[in-house]
Amino acid sequence: MRLAVITFPGSNCDRDLAVALEKVSGTPPIRVWHGDADLPDRLDLVALPGGFSYGDYLRSGAMAANSPIMRGVKAAAERGVPVLGVCNGFQVLTEAGLLPGALMRNAGQTFICRTVPLKVENSQSLFTAGYATGQVIRIPVAHHDGNYFADEATLDRLEGEGRVAFRYEQTCNGSRRDIAGILNEAGNVLGMMPHPERAIEADHGGTDGRALFESALRGLVGV
Amino acid sequence: MKVRIHVSLKPGVLDPQGRAVHHALEGMGFAGIADVRVGRLIELNVADDTSDEALDGMCRRLLANMVIENYRIEKPAALAGATG
Repeated sequence: MRLAVITFPGSNCDRDLAVALEKVSGTPPIRVWHGDADLPDRLDLVALPGGFSYGDYLRSGAMAANSPIMRGVKAAAERGVPVLGVCNGFQVLTEAGLLPGALMRNAGQTFICRTVPLKVENSQSLFTAGYATGQVIRIPVAHHDGNYFADEATLDRLEGEGRVAFRYEQTCNGSRRDIAGILNEAGNVLGMMPHPERAIEADHGGTDGRALFESALRGLVGV
Repeated sequence: MKVRIHVSLKPGVLDPQGRAVHHALEGMGFAGIADVRVGRLIELNVADDTSDEALDGMCRRLLANMVIENYRIEKPAALAGATG
């Protein structure tokens, strides 16, 4: 199993994500620096962590989306390699054009840091197969720019194609249609604002995030 | 040459920052404000022969997010006129 976690300058959840992946897979992920020209080869999964890459200058994720390593991430995503972006990682994936839409300043202007109920809308994808459709899970959010925006046509297409992975049970940050996480067309790229890596063991106060990593890794080994 | 890039939210995209500023201005007693939109001004100092195409590329690929924002490029002639 070859997993990679990308670190951008200002990432601050890269270690959490690496620990979560290691706990579930038994293998420590390869840590990759944003300035590297290429990803390690034969990767089974690439994860983009939360944080404040480049201090959120210009727009959250905008600078990181143009990092040298993102050429490799795009190529891997196009080959079908699973890519997970959490929080700032989600912002980077939208800025890089790997996922549609944009993440704007929270409607209430405030940083939101709390555990929120999420509804699993699609349990057919690699990342969400460990949940049941309609299941409500509790996962922490911690962001200032999580207000998901896309035009109505894009939102309708996302809904119609089952690409809304998670939805906030209660309005959280002003996101259109309360969208918390979305999949790309092929289903191998997931971006989500909530932090599943912060809910994988009892000491975290909840373990609802664990199934996301478990199902992705189960899917990878083809069990 | 100096070039100014004006980045603004597209019409119809809710601007939480603009709304907060609007609310604050009204709270200060300023009346008659219909709407407030907050944008961004980026000043570039670029080689004189920088093409419009290159400037467009900078805006589309980094300076503006075309999903939510529009941009306008203000070139030297306009700037010279503005500064007299």
